[in-house]
Amino acid sequence: MKVVVVGNGMVGYKFCEKLRKKATKEQIEVVVYGDESLPAYDRVHLSEYFSDQNSDKLLMAARDWYQSNDINLKVGELVTAIDRENQQITTHKGNTESYDYLVLATGSSAMVPPIKGVEKKGVYVYRKIEDLDQIIDFGKKVKRAAVLGGGLLGLEAAKALMDMGLETQVVEFASRLMPRQLDDTGAELLKSKIESLGIEVLLNKNTKEIDGNGKLNRLVFADDTELQTDMLVISCGIVSRDELADNAGLEKGPRGGYKVNSKMLTNDPKIFAIGEAANYNGMVYGLVAPGYEMADTVISQLLEEETTLFEGADMSTKLKLIGVDVGSFGDALGTTPNSIPISYEDRNTGTYKRVNLSPDGKKLLGGILVGDAEDYNILHQFALNGMALPPNPEDLILGARDGGSDLGGIGALPATSQICSCENVTKGDIEEAVKSQGLENIGQVKTCTKAGTGCGACTPMVTDILNETLKSMGKSVRKVLCEHFDYTRQELFDLVKVSGIQDYERFLDEHGVGDGCEVCKPAMASIFASVYNDLITKQDTIQDTNDRFLANIQRGGSYSVIPRIPGGEITPEKLIVIGEVAKEFELYTKITGGQRIDLLGAKLEDLPDIWEKLINAGFESGHAYGKALRTVKSCVGSTWCRYGLHDSVSFAIEVEDRYKGLRAPHKLKSAVSGCRRECAEAQSKDFGIIATEAGWNLYVCGNGGANPAHAQLLAGDIDSETCIKYIDRFLMFYIKTAEPLNRTSVWFSKLEGGMDYLRSVIVEDSLGIAEQLELEMQKLIEVYKCEWTEVVNNPELRKKFTHFINEKAGDPTLKFDKMRGQKIPTAWG
Amino acid sequence: MINEIIANYKTVTPADVKVWYEVANVSEFPKNGGVALSYKGLQIAIFNFSRRDEWYATQNLCPHKKQMILSRGMIGSEGEEPKVACPFHKKTFSLKSGKNLNGSECDLATYPVKVDDGMVYVGFSE
Ligand code: SRM
Ligand SMILES: Cc1cc2nc3c(=O)[nH]c(=O)nc-3n(C[C@H](O)[C@H](O)[C@H](O)COP(=O)(O)OP(=O)(O)OC[C@H]3O[C@@H](n4cnc5c(N)ncnc54)[C@H](O)[C@@H]3O)c2cc1C
Ligand code: SF4
Ligand code: FES
Repeated sequence: MKVVVVGNGMVGYKFCEKLRKKATKEQIEVVVYGDESLPAYDRVHLSEYFSDQNSDKLLMAARDWYQSNDINLKVGELVTAIDRENQQITTHKGNTESYDYLVLATGSSAMVPPIKGVEKKGVYVYRKIEDLDQIIDFGKKVKRAAVLGGGLLGLEAAKALMDMGLETQVVEFASRLMPRQLDDTGAELLKSKIESLGIEVLLNKNTKEIDGNGKLNRLVFADDTELQTDMLVISCGIVSRDELADNAGLEKGPRGGYKVNSKMLTNDPKIFAIGEAANYNGMVYGLVAPGYEMADTVISQLLEEETTLFEGADMSTKLKLIGVDVGSFGDALGTTPNSIPISYEDRNTGTYKRVNLSPDGKKLLGGILVGDAEDYNILHQFALNGMALPPNPEDLILGARDGGSDLGGIGALPATSQICSCENVTKGDIEEAVKSQGLENIGQVKTCTKAGTGCGACTPMVTDILNETLKSMGKSVRKVLCEHFDYTRQELFDLVKVSGIQDYERFLDEHGVGDGCEVCKPAMASIFASVYNDLITKQDTIQDTNDRFLANIQRGGSYSVIPRIPGGEITPEKLIVIGEVAKEFELYTKITGGQRIDLLGAKLEDLPDIWEKLINAGFESGHAYGKALRTVKSCVGSTWCRYGLHDSVSFAIEVEDRYKGLRAPHKLKSAVSGCRRECAEAQSKDFGIIATEAGWNLYVCGNGGANPAHAQLLAGDIDSETCIKYIDRFLMFYIKTAEPLNRTSVWFSKLEGGMDYLRSVIVEDSLGIAEQLELEMQKLIEVYKCEWTEVVNNPELRKKFTHFINEKAGDPTLKFDKMRGQKIPTAWG
Repeated sequence: MINEIIANYKTVTPADVKVWYEVANVSEFPKNGGVALSYKGLQIAIFNFSRRDEWYATQNLCPHKKQMILSRGMIGSEGEEPKVACPFHKKTFSLKSGKNLNGSECDLATYPVKVDDGMVYVGFSE
């Protein structure tokens, strides 16, 4: 049998993926036509394209997936006609293809209202990667942007525009935002939240004209007001792409879309339509989950399995990306006659919750959550499954006030409740997979069940179900390292100390199972280093690549070199050496965000020679590659600065020299500022020090990076010696008790008792371990050796820095381009 | 271009072997780690899985971002399956079958390895 799929979007792709799980090429031959130049990509996460313009990341499957799964994919080819009589299609290139069954998955395009001037330059829609490319391009040249449409997508687009640094307005025709999902109160609250993000919201605006001299410069509204703007993104809904219908004589639904029955069949028994191209019962479903269900329906018929009929779908949604929690599910607006609404509003925290009960008060029909959508999943489940409500239904939104568990949590859900709507996975499916396949972590659950691999909104629930199931099986949910060690990091740390074992293989023999993996090897390596601080080069194959080769791997496979420059202070002589080395080995140079200099693009086999020169000039390893102390940044301080209270540079150098080479569960960063103007940004560091009139303030557990956290004051107005003593204790306490790859801020967020507790341990010595912590730190500091010095002086270790075992030459595939007079790696494939 | 490079890597089964290429003495290989071999323009990653007393060879090219890098990957096991994790983004592949264990990338070509009198050999079909 031969199936031709028209459209390689999200649903067209999912159809192929699901089909190939059940039928081989011999059973069903599949040919797919897609008119976009890329294979199917994840439109739901389209906005993520703004952050790095990497379309590869969005692909539903790598390009070679189609080939290895025997799907004959033709991209960049538009299907222009269907010849139903001869069962064949024609493309814009004039190619024809015959079919036994045709699946139309042509999706939709953005609806563009017939406003005067929409053709103007600077007016875009928000649907394809190409649209985004244009928006990004144009956005670089302008200052202001407006979005037409205040629905889900419009708000998402507005956030993206704002993130581009544009002054952004949302223009909505209706009297409130998200009119189909929210009631007046909810929408009002959402509006003030959106406005507090810096996006202006204009309601009741009927756009009459898009005006401008060539490119737009203003919108004119029916009430004769106007809005000056440089760019307009239209997000007013979708229209199905049903262009093939008329000529082929296929019926259309009201307002477009191929009309289908519950088998997804059009009026031709050989032609199906699925996804946003299909119109079922007068409805086009603009979400992925219903589209995926439709794909299942078609597949069950092709394989002559029991047909799963499509009978409509749930349109509940949660607003994503924008940093405001909004959820709307089931009968959100309470349109069911005599339904009973219960609502709760707190203007102080900006929260609004509303649930609509059935007239008898026994069932949850739907609801709205703004400001706090944490219970979205569970409430949605109550509505979907008609679950029995708690005795006081208001507890649904208020929580039980007697301290008892409120909604019964995940345990209360029936096994049939659908958890992942994108992939149609039920609670029962997840429990079953966990039990029968012995799954133990969320990654395995995702791989085996596909739950959480779509929009990802259900991941917290999937995790809860996993943990509950594990608990019910008597497995305690400890954060064990991986399948090879049934211990937490803290337990392993103690085991290493007590057993005295320093060798990974032996430790695995005695305390683990199997052969180890990329999770436990580096974690154990880090523990060995934190306990013994022995040279990591002794066990190089259990180190992550950066630690194994003592340099950071870069795109293309070259490495970077960052020598330590304590406190950011460097002599002209040393600067010259860096310059000379960079010239000699053709390295790209850049000042890092950590007040030092990165030399990038080094070949593996050059690393020892490069370091030999640097070490001879007095440099040491900067451990930029290690989960270790990185930099202690400084400001100029009292030696130069008119405001400086103490010599922050000297103290930063002292601190950096003290802890250099110290390995930890994650990297460690620090800074010392000479006064509270804080030019060294100490309050964003794992430990940061700020000069005061009376001494130093010591702050801990700050973080820049992905989830910034302000450091908190551990001790104030202390002298240098006390400061070092507290840092010793603090770091050692963290090193001994944190989970792998938790920065101090993450570790701190899980520490029961918070800062009061931490202060009691570190400053007041409530556990009586302070002296021991100081001794342990002292031991580590005493055995520190620069690992690069060790390599440079050891011919055996130097030999490891080669690409081929049988040739002297380096990797011939390393390729570089030029940019602004320096080399850069050629972009990867 | 890249696709042509990938196409050069085809699994060789023991029955296909026409050439046993002598690589180096066992002592030249890191324990529980890999090295890269250059053979007729191909780059092959050879793994000395000393913990299991097993040897494996695969293409050195990671299919994810097409990087010549797998020989620098960390090896280990998932259940019984021996595997290698790419150093770039930790995609993992079976050393036995070359299969991608994350289910998203395409599989690796694998090559037979034998050890004879302390020397390591990799089998090629040409
Ligand atoms: C080179 C540098 C960027 C630059 O050109 O300025 C850099 C480069 C990388 N950073 Fe960074 N970070 C650099 C300063 C920073 C800073 C700024 C700072 O230290 O003051 C931060 C925010 C501060 C912080 O960490 O709290 C920073 C936050 C991160 C994070 C996020 C950490 C987090 O807790 O969220 C990562 C990811 C990670 O570590 O898991 C990261 C990871 C990386 C890696 C190592 C990613 C990787 O694994 O390949 C990058 C290596 C590319 C390379 O080798 O060139 N880098 N990175 C900077 C090196 C500083 C140095 O001298 O050692
Ligand atoms: C920014 C954005 C955010 C979204 N967020 C969410 C969300 O959070 N949750 C959610 O459920 N949904 C969301 N959606 C909607 C979701 O993306 C769609 O429901 C889904 O993509 C529909 O899949 P489809 O395959 O039917 O259509 P599409 O993904 O549009 O794919 C159809 C493909 O067919 C091609 N095509 C059309 N006609 C032809 C032809 N004649 N010949 C060849 N090829 C043709 C099209 O070019 C297109 O590539 C979002 C959409 C956007 C744009
Ligand atoms: S240097 Fe840091 S911020 Fe920049 S791309 Fe790399 S990891 Fe991201
Ligand atoms: S390049 Fe190998 S995992 Fe990304």
